[in-house]
Amino acid sequence: MIKFIFKGIVRDSSKSLIPILVITVGVMITVIMSGFLNGIISDIVSQNAKLDTGHVKIMTKPYADNKDQLPNDLALLNLKNLTDSLKHEFPDLIWTPRIKFGGIIDVPDDNGNTKTQGPGIGLALALNDIDSREIERLQLTKSLQTGNLPKNKGEILLSDDYAKKLKVKPGDEITYFGSTMEGSMVFHSFKMTGTVRFGSPMMDRSTFIIDIKETQQMLDMNDGTGELLGYFKNNIYNDERASEIAKKFNSKYIKSNDQYAPIMVTLKEQNDLGSTLDIAESFLGAFIFVFILSMSLVLWNTGLIGGLRRYNEFGIRLALGESKRNVFSLMLLEASIIGVIGSIFGTILGILMCYYLQEVGIDISKDVENASIIMPSIMRAHITNDLYFIGFIPGLFSMLLGAALAGRGIFKRETARLFKELEV
Amino acid sequence: MKMKNIIIIILFCGCFSSNIFAQQNSKKAISIIKEIDKNMFFETQIVTSEMIVYGKRKNRTIRSKGYSKGQKNNFTEYLSPEREKGTKMLKLNDRLWIYSPATDRTIQLSGHLLRQSVMGSDLSYEDMMEERKLSEIYDVQIIGEENYEETSVWVMELTANVNNLAYHKRILWIDKSRYIPLKENLYAKSGTLLKTTLFRDIKRIDGRWYPTKMNYKDMLKDGKGTDFIILEIDFNAKIPENYFSKASLKK
Repeated sequence: MIKFIFKGIVRDSSKSLIPILVITVGVMITVIMSGFLNGIISDIVSQNAKLDTGHVKIMTKPYADNKDQLPNDLALLNLKNLTDSLKHEFPDLIWTPRIKFGGIIDVPDDNGNTKTQGPGIGLALALNDIDSREIERLQLTKSLQTGNLPKNKGEILLSDDYAKKLKVKPGDEITYFGSTMEGSMVFHSFKMTGTVRFGSPMMDRSTFIIDIKETQQMLDMNDGTGELLGYFKNNIYNDERASEIAKKFNSKYIKSNDQYAPIMVTLKEQNDLGSTLDIAESFLGAFIFVFILSMSLVLWNTGLIGGLRRYNEFGIRLALGESKRNVFSLMLLEASIIGVIGSIFGTILGILMCYYLQEVGIDISKDVENASIIMPSIMRAHITNDLYFIGFIPGLFSMLLGAALAGRGIFKRETARLFKELEV
Repeated sequence: MKMKNIIIIILFCGCFSSNIFAQQNSKKAISIIKEIDKNMFFETQIVTSEMIVYGKRKNRTIRSKGYSKGQKNNFTEYLSPEREKGTKMLKLNDRLWIYSPATDRTIQLSGHLLRQSVMGSDLSYEDMMEERKLSEIYDVQIIGEENYEETSVWVMELTANVNNLAYHKRILWIDKSRYIPLKENLYAKSGTLLKTTLFRDIKRIDGRWYPTKMNYKDMLKDGKGTDFIILEIDFNAKIPENYFSKASLKK
């Protein structure tokens, strides 16, 4: 029967061409939108996780309350003890400290006076600790634009835009001017070893990277850190497990009188990522709903036109004794096959477009150059497994709904009047 | 007709007298602010001071010796603690240099970088640099008279009459008998209260009243603020000219 219907669809293109085209376009748009939205969201989440939030993050409570001000005077102390206990208690995570701090990078002239200078945000990473996987996580080697990564004491890495603004190149001497954890003045000279591009306008604007051990000494933060980040060893964020770990960790300190007791937050609890993800999911759901509704209306209309054109055909079939239910069922089966064909074409075209958007992307760096949140400068689609079938849901459903609405007319026909209608 | 004339005369008298009152208020306010300037500003000054910064975890005491000449030149050398020792600051007109002995570098600060905190205190570099007389940069008016901490004071409002001042408006509580501020609130142009300064331990030094202990409180930060205590002060002392040159930083 399916073979028979399929032959009918292929041979009589007038009854299938427009619905297939409508479904193809609709499914293609669904796949592209879904792939693009998935890509943007997963890039934002992954970039935030890598550059800022970790999969979980530990800070002191007052630091967490004021974290936008980079309050290192409220930093976590006794870091080694805390890290050792975390490694033992949660072995599925890698724990790595990070210090974020403000200051000025000053470039001297030949006489040691200021030639250029600019404010920046320092990021202290465990560059020399292989177990921390920080270089790999932040793809620092891959993101190098000039020079090399810092290997020795007294070396510093600058974001490429910052280095250009300060007019420095690898090998130049520069001075960090800022303040210690307690507010004392800090002057520290570094050799600039290279420049890096993070792919986030906020980070690319004015970031410098120093090894954490040297930063701890420089800022009088020995055995201390602003933030302690945890990453799942498989590098995949698991919200359920992260929430479980955070709950277990925080329960130990809930009754603590220590003003500087640590607190753990999950990725979703930071930078409004939880609400961003929820909004994105709602948006995708709403988009599919609106798509199904509007496509159904279009296909209903197409079905009605097709029904009128096939008025005689249905009449003859009913006159020959075929039941109304059977005519209606075969019509729905035909609609399903058309829906599947349209969905296949739409999915193929959608995936091809997503592939293009995944490889090339849309450069929004100019629009977000002053952004104060971490987001990628190139928006890309992501081809995920769900894209291969997500289009079939609206494609098939809208075609079926459209055909069902249009086919209601079959049941309204009176068999007694068929011969008159058919002018037999 | 008669009634109308009477009303016009009353209105005219009212306007005239309020105008006279405003003029008198303004003249009085200007004379008060000039008296304050006489107390607070000087030709030269050598001061040894301690700045106590109340941190969240620990407090720090920073001792320094400063040399000032007029309103434009200032040279400060930090004496302790060890981390700050030897650090020098030089202000010439509207430029500021900081020298660090650890790196043997001199850094010039300008623009918005001057709004940063000095050594974690509640004072910014801009606060330390602003030494123009109040009467030259603010319009003044007396907005009240009251008792402040058992002292009879004028409450005065100062509004900037030049651009680019750190604080657009100041409200001062002025001791009527000594012409010295006891409290000062500093506001942004938006009306936000940015800082409060309390002036304490007012002493008679070289014929002028001068506060020897100040508490600066950045209202946008938590904490107890920063105490600035004058240990020794010498007005109108002779200061060699070479103190106010960049060469003095590396000596």
